Amino acid sequence: MQTVVETQLQLSNPAAASLEAAVGNTPLLRLQRVTSRLSAKVQVLAKAEWFNPSGSVKDRPALNILRAAICDGGLAQGRRLLDSTSGNMGIAYATFGAAMGIPVTLALPANASPERIAILRALGAEIVLTDPSEGSDGALRVARRMAQEQPERYFYANQYDNPANWQAHYFGTGPEIVGQTQGKVTHFVAGLGTSGTLIGVGRYLRQYHPSIQLIAVQPDSPFHGLEGLKHIPSAIQPGIFDPDLSDRTIAVSTEAAYEMTRRLAREEGLFVGISSGAAAAAALQVAQELDEGVVVTIFPDAGYKYLSDKELWE
Amino acid sequence: MPTLRIPAPLRSYTNGQSEVTVNGQTVEEALQDLLKKYPTLKPHLYNSNGGLRPFVNLFLGENNIKDLQGLGTPLKEEDRLLLIPSIAGGSEA
Ligand SMILES: Cc1ncc(COP(=O)(O)O)c(C=O)c1O
Repeated sequence: MQTVVETQLQLSNPAAASLEAAVGNTPLLRLQRVTSRLSAKVQVLAKAEWFNPSGSVKDRPALNILRAAICDGGLAQGRRLLDSTSGNMGIAYATFGAAMGIPVTLALPANASPERIAILRALGAEIVLTDPSEGSDGALRVARRMAQEQPERYFYANQYDNPANWQAHYFGTGPEIVGQTQGKVTHFVAGLGTSGTLIGVGRYLRQYHPSIQLIAVQPDSPFHGLEGLKHIPSAIQPGIFDPDLSDRTIAVSTEAAYEMTRRLAREEGLFVGISSGAAAAAALQVAQELDEGVVVTIFPDAGYKYLSDKELWE
Repeated sequence: MPTLRIPAPLRSYTNGQSEVTVNGQTVEEALQDLLKKYPTLKPHLYNSNGGLRPFVNLFLGENNIKDLQGLGTPLKEEDRLLLIPSIAGGSEA
């Protein structure tokens, strides 16, 4: 009979085997077929942010906010991380909170998709569902009030006003884009939620080359189905937002984003979420106006969390 | 009369009202009455083919009218309809 000897797997670099080390350095994918009508000298590329461990771009700011709070003592004395979210930021906090042993409480509108709520529960987050009629601003007000009432219980992460949000993109996403395009990026297109992505990447690209064009993407109406995006004029302005940074804002209808989301799945094999469809629609609009250029955008998440939205995929 | 709860982003089209009482035996009639009172809401709720925009959800209690009888769902006097965007097809009202 053979004896089985248990051995401890020896990792040459234990830090590299952590969840945290898997954040960022996402692939930059070239759109191949939805771009067929563009000039041959124009490329459209997208950062595939669902490659992050919790499945969205929000791993970047969530991890940076957690690290900053650990460094400056915000999470000392067993305080819970508290924030409002429409889903992805909550999933990112809950993921790294679980991995680091930090308890997480999230305020989210009750009309967040059932998939999202189920994922948050699976990760052990405490969830406070807020009035769906008040939207993401309603969740924000609830979180703010909870933080004011129990400052000893909560560290209020406040993704809308926390500079660690945009700095994650300034130090991560921005340099990755310059490296992956060998410095040839000419246009950067990103949807606005907290605005962290656009502001962080935008500031980095501006410093790298002042002529790089920055394009913000917004819903065309205050009432919309573009999960993760905000209609800034009618919403509470994020403190980290800088309205003067971008050169241009493109408004995308929910219908146009749905249509592009389906095309990305069927023509590119990219099963992405609705805000990726909105970003692609805007990036293609920019690309169509060019004779040459390298247009880079962000695809924040994959399509799984939107499967319950039957009309999206029909 | 049934009441319709208006989501925050649409209140600038209803003179700031968060609840509107409407006439109607069905959800469709209630919506038509709402649009008669506040015509500028129309492009936010309906597309150019006259159908509801794909992310517009109406909840009667816990139920999405898509799971009841759609726009033909009957309304009672004391019913309360919630109008909310499907942040991604959310069905937990
Ligand atoms: C799906 C999705 N798309 C886009 C965004 C917008 O990103 P940012 O908050 O960096 O503006 C978010 C953020 O919540 C999101 O969840």
